Amino acid sequence: MADVKMINLTIEGRPVSVPEGTSILEAAKRVGILIPHYCYHPGLPIAGVCRMCLVEVEKAPKLAPSCATTVAEGQIVHVHTDRTLEARKGVLEFLLINHPLDCPICDQSGECELQDYTFQEGRADSRYRDPKRFNPVEDFGGDVLYVPNRCILCTRCVRFMDDVAHDTVLNVSERGDRALIGKFEGKDMTNAWAGNVVDLCPVGALLSKDFLNKSRAWELDRTASICPSCTQGCNVMLETREGTITRIKPRTNEEVNKYFICDYGRLNYRWINRTDRAEQPQVRTDGALRSIDWDVAIHAAASLLKDSRAYVVASPYLSNETLFLLSKLMKRNGGAGAFRAATGEEVPLPGVEDLALRRDRAANVRGAELFGFTRTDRPLERLNDGDVLIVADDDLDGFSADDVSRASQVIILGTTLPAPAKDAAVLLPITNFAEEEGTFTNLRGRVQRFMQAKPAPGLARPSWLVLGDLLGALGEQDTFYLPGDVFADIAKSHSAFSALSYEKLGMRGLPVLNGDGGVKQSGAPEGLGAGAGGAR
Amino acid sequence: MGYPHPSHARETPVLSRHFGEEEARTLDGWKKRGGYQALEKALTMAPGDIVNIVKESGLRGRGGAGFPTGMKWSFMKPGDGKPHYLCCNADESEPGTFKDREVMRWTPHALIEGCAIGSYAIGAETCYIYIRGEFTEPLVVMERAVREAYDAGVIGPNAMGTGKRIDVHIHKGAGAYICGEETALMESLEGRRGNPRIKPPFPAVSGVFGQPTTINNVETLAAVPEILMKGADWYKGMCLSNPKSTGTKLYSVCGNIRRPGTYEVVMGFPFGEFLHDVCGGAIERRKLKAVIPGGASVPIQTMAEAEATLMDYEGFVAQGSMLGSGGVIVIDEKQSMVRVIARLARFFAHESCGQCTQCREGTAWTTKIVERIRDGQGTMEDLDTLLSIGENMTGTTICVLSDSCAVPVMSGIKKFRGEFEALIHGKRVHSVMTQVA
Repeated sequence: MADVKMINLTIEGRPVSVPEGTSILEAAKRVGILIPHYCYHPGLPIAGVCRMCLVEVEKAPKLAPSCATTVAEGQIVHVHTDRTLEARKGVLEFLLINHPLDCPICDQSGECELQDYTFQEGRADSRYRDPKRFNPVEDFGGDVLYVPNRCILCTRCVRFMDDVAHDTVLNVSERGDRALIGKFEGKDMTNAWAGNVVDLCPVGALLSKDFLNKSRAWELDRTASICPSCTQGCNVMLETREGTITRIKPRTNEEVNKYFICDYGRLNYRWINRTDRAEQPQVRTDGALRSIDWDVAIHAAASLLKDSRAYVVASPYLSNETLFLLSKLMKRNGGAGAFRAATGEEVPLPGVEDLALRRDRAANVRGAELFGFTRTDRPLERLNDGDVLIVADDDLDGFSADDVSRASQVIILGTTLPAPAKDAAVLLPITNFAEEEGTFTNLRGRVQRFMQAKPAPGLARPSWLVLGDLLGALGEQDTFYLPGDVFADIAKSHSAFSALSYEKLGMRGLPVLNGDGGVKQSGAPEGLGAGAGGAR
Repeated sequence: MGYPHPSHARETPVLSRHFGEEEARTLDGWKKRGGYQALEKALTMAPGDIVNIVKESGLRGRGGAGFPTGMKWSFMKPGDGKPHYLCCNADESEPGTFKDREVMRWTPHALIEGCAIGSYAIGAETCYIYIRGEFTEPLVVMERAVREAYDAGVIGPNAMGTGKRIDVHIHKGAGAYICGEETALMESLEGRRGNPRIKPPFPAVSGVFGQPTTINNVETLAAVPEILMKGADWYKGMCLSNPKSTGTKLYSVCGNIRRPGTYEVVMGFPFGEFLHDVCGGAIERRKLKAVIPGGASVPIQTMAEAEATLMDYEGFVAQGSMLGSGGVIVIDEKQSMVRVIARLARFFAHESCGQCTQCREGTAWTTKIVERIRDGQGTMEDLDTLLSIGENMTGTTICVLSDSCAVPVMSGIKKFRGEFEALIHGKRVHSVMTQVA
């Protein structure tokens, strides 16, 4: 990067220095100036068609589209002058003449850029007196619904499908004011990444069928998280309404997923909202599992583990913190651990380097490996007779009670009680990833934090807390009050994590040391709030 | 010559000299008239010398913008290791313009010769002639002529036996006005939807297939062989007014005029005399009211402005309009200006590619308002709205189609406001034409 020429210019009176070739729009962002725009998106090729981002460049006769104009040495740029405001007002008026004012029934309302900019600087009234253009709603296939009347023809969706997904499905049909987004004959939006057009659409023209009429944007709480559905570790926002996840949206991370997530991850959230959960700690007394205090349950589990070998079947959906504490338990009791992960077809997004829906369909396969768990399709194979079996968040799907019976005792650390383990001695109800905070390690060795998005059911506790207490009951000295405390312990005892701390990770994550294959997995630590912005 | 009329004494037929001569369309007939001598001469010269002669002649683009041709050619840097392309813009779609059509119909070899010389001058081996989709006869004539030229070895892998390769391909458009815009033309030529591109990069840097490209109008290229044979001084000498405008210009005249047709006069010719004398003036017992001198996208001139105009690039600008393509639309007192403007606006609304917001929405909205006024349903506020929309549509988009729609509307309202107000106030308009359809 040493030979990149820096260009100095002034935007709204603020001096800016950016690499040669940067657009004025991007340069303005660096000094905290948002130039209103619609068709521009940092993840797509330039179109320059909405004409919203026109700025005044001194000594240029015409207003310049800031998305398509590169910076020049000594340039003086004005974003908010009478002339540019007038131009933007004009564009907004033009965009609105055929745009229905159906915000009260539009899913985009509250997160609509047309709404936002019109409130900011549009006209209070319209001078348009004629009937508005009408086209019927069209089902584009996949999860995408097209409402042409709301479309402002920014062509972000067309460019995404052509230039990022490399799947020519959409086009601009017709021309002039008859223009609308069309679908090529015989094609539809079933591409594994097609759902991104809904996020890219600045207005309510492309909608998610899954989210249709579910919630108003302002009723949603947004929590920075990591998509749990594969090992890519896409940064996402979990959007909840009244403690229920209503949708998943991508969260920008230049190092991992840019601005996109796949439809599989986007729509695979219903399991997180399951209500048939284990809500109370239970201990087997008089032949039956009975609900009991956490303290009693922890001590019951501890007494089973006192001198026995522990065999752990863990889930790759568990956080680094939990897996680390499990590995500590294994080490203490001279046991072993295994995990299994579901697999599927790998589906890359061709326009973005190293981004794909990965073969391994769980977030923390890499973490499980790092903490000494053996990957296998038959996780109970190495269970020795007389071991204490700890099943941590594995549903034991495909196993029978007989497979489990080799263990002397079974401790379930889970969100539910798996049927093959109904004879378990102790059930410790835990939260799922959306109900706790922690970190995952993606396939490139990048450690990324996720935050708590919804409350835990009943008395369920985060698994790191449960395991911390269990280790305490077994006489270990460490006390963990926060997941960050566990992470600090990981950094202390695992050389790969030694350079990391919970704070340093920020919301964009950092690679572990010697993160093999981590080609471009770097990045400066960010503040906790920095990852919160969408790709606007 | 004022095809289809015999040449007027005050015309200076250079390009139109052979209009109407069946024989001139053939290779032999063209050679008999001195054709392809210029190409023969050109191929013995250094490309840079040809560019200099064209520069020296003062030839400017005849498609509308009037950019100096030699200068445009000099932007094509020789020896940059990239293939160069020449594009001939024969997508003559500007309403009221049909001069390129006559060049192609009657002197196809003049254009091919111009294309070949141009290609050689800018270091291109390939020239595309993009012909408007509706031009059936010109297409047939041009295709026949190109075949003849290839068969005779005038162009091809061994042009004129010099060992130099000059390929000429004809591409037929599909009938979109916007494809006459040079960057949209290139998109269309590449097989994509004809949407104008953002400039920069300019075609000379990244044009057809991303390679350096020059785009010239038919009339511009057809003039090149003449300049090469007769010299830059001869061409420069054809100038009656401003020395920056040289040579002859073809004008296609239509509308309420006694002798509509294609005329050729020297730059700087008085427009009043052109209309009243050369073109025969108004139809009997009628009076001329207004002129759109350079195709539908230039400002409308009142008769007083038109009569004070000297016909060259600067002369039209001095009288509130532009030379444009030279498509002269004459409007007499029997016409309603509102109807004329409504029709123009509808044309642009129909032809807008729809990329840029201002153009997509503005052209259609403008049309709705003007048509409402035409139908007697307008209000006075509508006039202010039209002017304000026009302001917003000017200078804010990728190409100038948006401006082109705003220009006749705004100039029409400013210069003929009375006619708009009369319709708004419910007065019957004196035009007989308003009653038709």
